[in-house]
Amino acid sequence: MSKKVSLFMSLILMLSLFAGCSSKATGGNSDKIKVGLNYELSGNVATYGQGLVEGIELAFEEINKNSGVLGKQIEMIKVDNKSDNAEAANVSTRLATRDKVVAILGAATSGNTKAATPAAMQNKVPLISASATADDVTVDSNGKVREFVFKTTFSDSFQGVMMANFAYNDLGLKKAAVLIDTTSDYSKGLSKNFQDTYKKLGGTIVTEEAYQAKETDFKAVLTKIKGTNPDVLFVPGYYEEVGLIVKQARELGLNVPILGGDGYDSPKLAEIAGRDALNNVYYSNHYSSQDNTPEVVEFKEKFNKKYGKDPDAFNALGYDLAYFLADALKRAGAADPVKLKDALAATKDFEGVTGKITIDDKHNPVKSITIIQMKDGKPTFLKKLDPQ
Amino acid sequence: MKELLQQVINGLSLGSIYALIALGYTMVYGIINLINFAHGDIYMVGAYVGFAVTTSLHLGFFPSLVISMVVCSILGVIIEKVAYKPIRGSSRIAALITAISVSLFLEYGMMYFVKAETRTFPNVLGKNSLKLLDGSVVIDYKNIYIVAITIILMVALQYIIRRTKAGKAMRAVSLDREAAQLMGVNVDRTISYTFAIGSALAGAAGVLVGVYYTTINPLMGIVPGLKAFIAAVIGGIGVIPGAVFGGLFLGMIETMVSAYGGSLYKDAVAFAILILVLLLRPSGLLGRNIKEKV
Repeated sequence: MSKKVSLFMSLILMLSLFAGCSSKATGGNSDKIKVGLNYELSGNVATYGQGLVEGIELAFEEINKNSGVLGKQIEMIKVDNKSDNAEAANVSTRLATRDKVVAILGAATSGNTKAATPAAMQNKVPLISASATADDVTVDSNGKVREFVFKTTFSDSFQGVMMANFAYNDLGLKKAAVLIDTTSDYSKGLSKNFQDTYKKLGGTIVTEEAYQAKETDFKAVLTKIKGTNPDVLFVPGYYEEVGLIVKQARELGLNVPILGGDGYDSPKLAEIAGRDALNNVYYSNHYSSQDNTPEVVEFKEKFNKKYGKDPDAFNALGYDLAYFLADALKRAGAADPVKLKDALAATKDFEGVTGKITIDDKHNPVKSITIIQMKDGKPTFLKKLDPQ
Repeated sequence: MKELLQQVINGLSLGSIYALIALGYTMVYGIINLINFAHGDIYMVGAYVGFAVTTSLHLGFFPSLVISMVVCSILGVIIEKVAYKPIRGSSRIAALITAISVSLFLEYGMMYFVKAETRTFPNVLGKNSLKLLDGSVVIDYKNIYIVAITIILMVALQYIIRRTKAGKAMRAVSLDREAAQLMGVNVDRTISYTFAIGSALAGAAGVLVGVYYTTINPLMGIVPGLKAFIAAVIGGIGVIPGAVFGGLFLGMIETMVSAYGGSLYKDAVAFAILILVLLLRPSGLLGRNIKEKV
């Protein structure tokens, strides 16, 4: 592993050497501002990447129609990272060195965003993810803030904490079973924070079980969980496996509430689990299209006009991300990556459709969380929980 | 106790699928000593054929099962004629590398046509289930279908091998190819039969998995393919009852390790058992009975 990393690092170093040979201009002299998009357009979390890109494209289209940013048009360079860590790193290097973008947007998942980080840091290009919820995206293992990395979404710790509160206080359930995906940082992060908070509140964790991404048979582990008689099952995972888990749990007669995070947010969830199995399922999310604030209603209209469907959370996050970047570019006064970074870090009370965003000193946003309840396979807005 | 019963049912369903795939591995190995790594991908193609037939032609479960078996058996014969026959005289490593190439070709060729995303198999069997002991043990009708179809196919296979001329030829070729040829057995045709039958079983397994787990994708054949291969080796590769035994054994072990050990270690345990079997009984648990070989 360390050999791979060092090989990768030396590759980046070599690439940056070559980059040094060519002109230093980062698109600042041309009449266009280049923004890189590093997203999962194919592969197993493709719906996240595609959703974000739809939102981003709508926002930049609007911005360009209103004479752009700093008098310049925004040019998107969209590259597919195939939902793959290594590919996400390659794309990031390519965008930073060859295309010389002013900022990189993406990736959708925490793992891919982390893989894309070294190239952005090395080349001093701001990287902003609208959906990477892992705590250590913007902070390294020594607790030092990654200067060029930002996110506009809440962290796993926050989702885990809020869902534990929701399960214990709002639903009044005192015994939880946890089922995690061991191949995913996201799943482990949510699980740890859920368990810590739940125990602190006075609840008990009756069992902790695990699966691996791409598995299809969960009946053995679900039967075991059923035997421990939990009040609630917490499954922080992605929709492909969660869909199967919900389906198989209900088939086995395990009918307790199932809770999770924003990884549930995909129309595929209902397709895989089946509509009648998807009851008594709750998850935390960034946004709900049933929210009735004026910003959300306006965004819904515009989105519907362009794509002919209601926007989901990823569409909304992508839309906010594009405006968030445009806002910082205006305050930076030039399409310069380093000035942009300072402007991003100073963001305060930015009004987006997913909530008001203020960037804290760890480059994380402070914003509220939305709880979604699944009713017969349909996501419905339950309530908004504010950070304490 | 109730939990154990439920776990046995879970294990049987999982094991039946491994057994169906393992049969194809073991038949091909028995007859031409080739580990056909493309076998897991034929199973994937079977699932997609079933998907296409049920979603676009709106046929029911049994017609799609039959169509998928037919398509897969044709595919198996084509693969044998195009990829394996020309190198039949070459070294075993050449054959193995060819098998891996065919496997990758099927995976990524399929991905090109159907895209990488996961598809959801339509629910063609309904949603009924039997609840025993006050609902603490649940047997889904799909579990019954899987186990029953597996048993029916295995009985049919035994009949073909034991009672028909083609089956006799297969047994003869697997025992001694040259002697069989001298006795007038058409070896090429017999090998084609073997591929056709083995691939049809994989196609059936593909449709069953599609119906049971509802999600299919172009890389779905890799892990079950490997597991079925392990099952075939545990049972004794080349031995037909061995494949069935190995498949059920592996399915049961995985389920029981998840249930009473740690769900994290189930693959580790499966491979550890493989290593133990290879050390203690290299010819597999049922591998002594050479006459059963096909």
